[in-house]
Amino acid sequence: MKFTKGMKDGLPIALGYLSVSFAYAVQAVRQGFPAWFPILVSATNFTGTGQFAGTNLIAAGASLAVLVATMLVINIRYTLMSFALAQKMGPGFPLWQRAVLAFGVTDENFAVAIRQPQKLTFSYLIGLMSCSFCGWVGGTAVGAGVSKLLFATLAQGAGQAYYDMLMSALSIALYAMFVAIVIPPARDDLRVFILVALSVAASCLFYFVPVLADLPAGLNIILCSIVCTAVIAFLFPHEENSENNPDNQSEKTCPTPDDADKGGAQ
Amino acid sequence: MNASLSDMLIGCLVMFAITYLSKGITLIFVKKDIKSKYIRSFLYYLPYSVLSVMVFPTILFSTSTIWSGLAGTAVALVLAFFRKGLLPVSLASIGTVFVVELILYLV
Repeated sequence: MKFTKGMKDGLPIALGYLSVSFAYAVQAVRQGFPAWFPILVSATNFTGTGQFAGTNLIAAGASLAVLVATMLVINIRYTLMSFALAQKMGPGFPLWQRAVLAFGVTDENFAVAIRQPQKLTFSYLIGLMSCSFCGWVGGTAVGAGVSKLLFATLAQGAGQAYYDMLMSALSIALYAMFVAIVIPPARDDLRVFILVALSVAASCLFYFVPVLADLPAGLNIILCSIVCTAVIAFLFPHEENSENNPDNQSEKTCPTPDDADKGGAQ
Repeated sequence: MNASLSDMLIGCLVMFAITYLSKGITLIFVKKDIKSKYIRSFLYYLPYSVLSVMVFPTILFSTSTIWSGLAGTAVALVLAFFRKGLLPVSLASIGTVFVVELILYLV
């Protein structure tokens, strides 16, 4: 699990981030923020959904209490992801390494890291996170830089329609990436497929039923994912060992937790 | 937009604080291995659920019209089913949305 392997795994994430952070920066500048603002936010936050929501709230002049509450609701999933990541990392990480790695936890970095069959190393995670971070901040900087040019050349007269199309097309980028993360494992594992189907159904409920749709943004993510995952985890406990031998007692009483984990998540 | 310079700086600081706290609190302080089969299963399954909830049905309405959203979603689903990577899926989906909206605009 080397630094270069991390960089290599981080590259597709970085490229995927380019378009998303580019779109974020363009949108922020279009809202009236100076070009440095989206760059500062990207460099300090390194999170997609939270940044979008937070920037919109600041633009709308929302109170700090609303900003804090919304960021908490949207970002609480990271607490759970970091929890899972800490399990996967094992105990051998000093505090400063944990403090550094915490900053780099994103949906995509997490999804890639947790898929690794081995225990994670600091150098691998730093490679992964620094690479995708460069993509994230770089895309934001480019987006902020060229947005004024885009406005000047496209956003008037006949060009307006094409400008809108471009922005509309870019806004699906992040979601398409998430689809690419979720579908392959759902295809391979029926339990994951059922979980995905259940989660989508619950999410649709929160989207289309008026009373539920009025709940604060982000709350649906917490409620749906916790309930659906709890149901699936209870019905189909996931066996860490690929040999899948639940009655093997000697396996369970294995004294070193590290050895028990060698099978890893598939 | 109503935000002054201090609104922006304070807003960004608040966003950073909450985001870093959310990411860091368990990663920094939880060091024990979880033994419970159910909690381990929960943590294994959780990301798939979170991503699914974030994507559907929002992806359908993420673009200017439902038609380009539907087309972009369909392309992403098909390519992801055939195990294409994050970037090809993303680019193909972006391209599809653009083309569909172009057709709708020109026709």
